[in-house]
Parts: sequence; structure tokens; C-alpha cells
Amino acid sequence: MRKTKEEKIFNFVNLVFMVFFTIIIAFPLINIVALSFNDPLDALKGGIFLWPRKFTFESYSTVLENHAIYLAFIVSVSKTIVGIVLHTFVTAITAYALTREDLIGRKWFEIMGILTMFVNGGMIPTFLVFKSYGLLNNFWVYILPVLFSFYDVIIMMNFFRGIPRSLEESAEIDGATPFTVFAKIIIPLSLPVIATIALYHGVYQWNDYMTANIYVNNENLFPLQQLLYKIVSENLSPTVATGTAVVRQTTSQSMQLATMVITTIPVVAVYPFLQKYFVSGLTLGAVKK
Amino acid sequence: MEDSSTTHKNKKPSFFRRFKDQAFYQAMIWPSVILMILFNFIPMYGLIIAFKNYTVLDTIGGAPWVGFEYFQEFFKDPLFWTVMKNTFGIAFFKMLIGFPGAIMLAVLINEVANVHFKKFVQTISYLPHFLSWVILGGMVIMWLSDTGFLNSLLMDLKVISKPIEFMADPNKYWAIAVLSDFWKEVGWGTILYLASMTAIDPSLYEAAKIDGATKWQQIIHITIPGIRQMIALNLILSIGGLLGSNLDQTLVLQNSLNYASSEVLNSYVFKMGIKQGNFSYATAVGIFVSVVSLILIVLSRWGTRKISDKSVF
Repeated sequence: MRKTKEEKIFNFVNLVFMVFFTIIIAFPLINIVALSFNDPLDALKGGIFLWPRKFTFESYSTVLENHAIYLAFIVSVSKTIVGIVLHTFVTAITAYALTREDLIGRKWFEIMGILTMFVNGGMIPTFLVFKSYGLLNNFWVYILPVLFSFYDVIIMMNFFRGIPRSLEESAEIDGATPFTVFAKIIIPLSLPVIATIALYHGVYQWNDYMTANIYVNNENLFPLQQLLYKIVSENLSPTVATGTAVVRQTTSQSMQLATMVITTIPVVAVYPFLQKYFVSGLTLGAVKK
Repeated sequence: MEDSSTTHKNKKPSFFRRFKDQAFYQAMIWPSVILMILFNFIPMYGLIIAFKNYTVLDTIGGAPWVGFEYFQEFFKDPLFWTVMKNTFGIAFFKMLIGFPGAIMLAVLINEVANVHFKKFVQTISYLPHFLSWVILGGMVIMWLSDTGFLNSLLMDLKVISKPIEFMADPNKYWAIAVLSDFWKEVGWGTILYLASMTAIDPSLYEAAKIDGATKWQQIIHITIPGIRQMIALNLILSIGGLLGSNLDQTLVLQNSLNYASSEVLNSYVFKMGIKQGNFSYATAVGIFVSVVSLILIVLSRWGTRKISDKSVF
């Protein structure tokens, strides 16, 4: 069909708007990367946009000299990996059990699960209860409270329900145990939904600083995000407490920049893989309800 | 003659027998049941300390009851109105621009003809959603500092002669919070709309074009009605989450100078409870937040029923 004049104008205006919009979103992010590679004192003069003017690795080498960042990196990586493995495992077994129509107590488990989606103890009661469990300043506070998520269970359950029952039945006739059916048939067929849950939980674990902010004050257990939060909120790193105000400001600012970039790299790196599962992660859960 | 053994077989096996048969599946569900009890239900029980005078020396069950004392204290607190004004004000403006903003953006992205460019725009616009508020808050603070990007740009353009103290001025905080949230989430907000737009029958557009409908008419009469359900769903979800979602952002962007316009209910609970140890008082404030959120959800469900059930367009 031929395009009308009105349509052509609309498409052109829309294109211009989209280019403008993309720049608004992308520019600040690129600018931060450019600034982090620029000489800190020179950066104060302004005028740095997409590319550093006085290129230097100084900010990065300052940050990487700091012992705390290695520790925080290890904590972040550990909590992300341990979190992904355990959370995905718990979600999968729970969801699979709930697909059994004859499971004793199934109705009750579902009611409990739905309750957890709408009611919670709130920040303070949760804090006090976790404290009594000995979870303050404990690595497991990052993992255990978020192991179970009924939202994720629903997503996986709906996927499992889409697998033809006949596949399981024929395996059972051949003498397969429930474990074999689950491990050899269900799991290999469910890799897309497993990837969805794993990636979303991974991003959550990597980005979360509030858990550390509430439950952890031992600096050795800080993840990267909490370390960065401390740098941002104090805008003064403990390692550069000397010197004139300007030097102190520029040094802490460049440290902040470099830490920001380092913290963001893993998310940007998995982002292309994540993208495949954006819609499935959202709609599988939301629409079925 | 009826065979007695078949009737026997049809009888439901005993509870223990059935449980034993499904032991594998029961073993799969119980870890989650225990997790729910430990990390969801026991903390819910802890809510009773809002009605008790709880100190670190007490147990949750053993603390003395004080009724609604802490609620009254909160309502009389001079900060009550400040905190309420900030919470509802910031949430209102976020919603006011964020909600229609995402719909409009989705409509426009949907109209991009080139598939590759469309994909590119989507990829870029979703990215900020996956970065934490620590990163983006740090970025905002840096951009708005005396020597930051915005001030140097405005000075170069001779719009201002000396830097504006964005972060230190309480009058600017709301705008900063609202716009930075918009920047972070507007792209992600389009994703469900775009997904449901793909389900709209293309022949509707063809027919409209033959009848001479303009782009604008197609959007109003085909695209928007096509995503009506999703708009209603999103409205309910975002109204319910209005009061709860801003702690990450607030703690990063807040400082002692903009405190008067940045303190919201959740950050107030955090400060009173975690930092200062007024556990009962902070829990009472937390319950107040939940009750208000619940009222908002019920109201929005009632309001959006009209949109999702019957056509308003």
C-alpha cells in the first residue's frame, strides 16, 4: 500500500523523536564512562562528552589499589552465584511439586504462597526476627530470605504445565523413577524458563544494596553496591582522607566514577542474554493470573 | 454379580499410603514451606510490636501491650505532615508523568517501521532499569554538582553566571526524584504494552487505512483500545506499589540539606527503626504505610474495573 503524505510526516517526526530519546537515555551512561577515563582535575573544567580529553587509567588504578574493592567484588560474585543456584533449584522443585494435582496439601501451599505475595512483616519486624536467627552480619542474609519467591514459582509452574503429560507417563511406564523424570525430562525441556528465573535473580542479587544496608555493618561482607553506596553517600573514601578539599573531592569523585563503571560492567555484559527473556519473564507470570 | 475386590480397589487409599506414594513430591515442597514460615510468616507475627512497647531487652511476645500509642505519637509528630506530603507528592508526580509517558512511548516505538532501529531503541531504553539506584543516583549527583555536566553546560551557554546548587536545594528535590525515576523506568514501562500490541490484528490497520484513517486516528481507535487490559493491569500494579518503591532512590539522593523535601515514609521507617532503634514506633509507621497502600489498591481495582470490563473508548 502506498504511504500517504500524512504518514510520511508522522514517520519522519517519530524517527527524529526516537533518535533524540535514545540520546537522552544513552548519553549520561556514555558520559560517565568517558569521565572515568579522564584526568580527574582536568574533568573539573567540564566539556567532556563522549570521549575523554586527557586519557588516563589513574582512577582505575586508585580504585584497584584499594583492598576493599576486591573483597566487595568477591562478596558480590559469591552472593550472585550462590543465590542463582539455590534460588533456581528451590523454585524448580517447588513449582514441579505444585503441578501434581493430587499433592496432599496443595491448596494450603498455594494459599500460603499467595499470602506471601501480598502481606509481609515490613522492615522492622523482619529485621528483628532475622536478628534473632543470627542473620545480622552473616553472608546468608543475602541468600536465604529471597530463596523462595512465589512469583517465580508461578512463572515456572505455568511453564511446566505446558509440557505434555504423556512424556512423563511414557517414561514412568518404562520404569523411570520420579527423580529421573524430573532430572532427565522436565529440566532439559525447561531451560528457557530456568534461564529467565536465573538471570532475573542474578541481576537482583548483583544490584541489591538495601539488604547489606539494613543487615550488615561488617565492611568485609559489603557487596560492591554497598561499597559504592558508602562512597556516594559519604563522597569521601577512607583511603584519601588527607589533602586539600579540591584534591579530596576530585579523588573521591574519580574513585566513585571508576567504581560505578566496574560495578556496571557485569550487568551490561549479561544484558544481551537477558534480553531474550524480558517478555517471557514478565508475561508468563502476569498474564496467567 | 459385583466383584467385591473391584469396589475395594476403587476405595481411596489411606492417607499414609497416598503420602508415601508421593513422598518425592512432598520432599520437593517442604523446603519452601519451611522458608515461607521462617522468612515470611514469623516476621508477620512480629508486626504486633507496633502495639507493644518493645525494646532490645524484650522478646516479641513478652513486651508489654500499649495499644495504639505509637500510632497516635506518629500522627502528632511534627514530621508527619512533611513525610506525608513528600511521599504522596513525589508518588503523584511520578505517576502523573510516568504512567501516560510509558503508554505514549510504547505507541511511538510500535510505529517505528524499521525493525532493526526499533530493536535498537528498545535495547537502549530498557537498560537503565537494570542498573541499581546506587549507580544512577551517583550519576545524578555527579551531573548536578557545581562542576557537573548540567552546571557547566548552562554556564557555557551563559544562562547562569554561577552554579546552581541542585542537590542542596529542597525546592528542587521533587523534580530531581521524579525526573530521574522517569529516565530510569519509562523505557521498561513500555515492554508489556509493546508485547500486547503485537497481538493486535494487523487487518484492523489495513481496513482503517483503506477507509482513510490518519495515523492519529489509528492510534486512538485501534492501538490504545488494543492494550486497554494491560493499561488497567499496570494501573493497579503501579498504584499498589506507589508508596513502597522509592527507598533505594531516596537513600541515595537524600542529604541533610534537602531532607525537608526528600524524607518519605519508607526512609522515615528506616531511620527511626534501623538507625535509631525505635522499633515499635517504626513498625507502627510501617503498618500505616501498608494500610494506606491496601486502600489505594482496593480503590484502583474498583476504578479500573470499568476500563477492563466495559469499553470506555
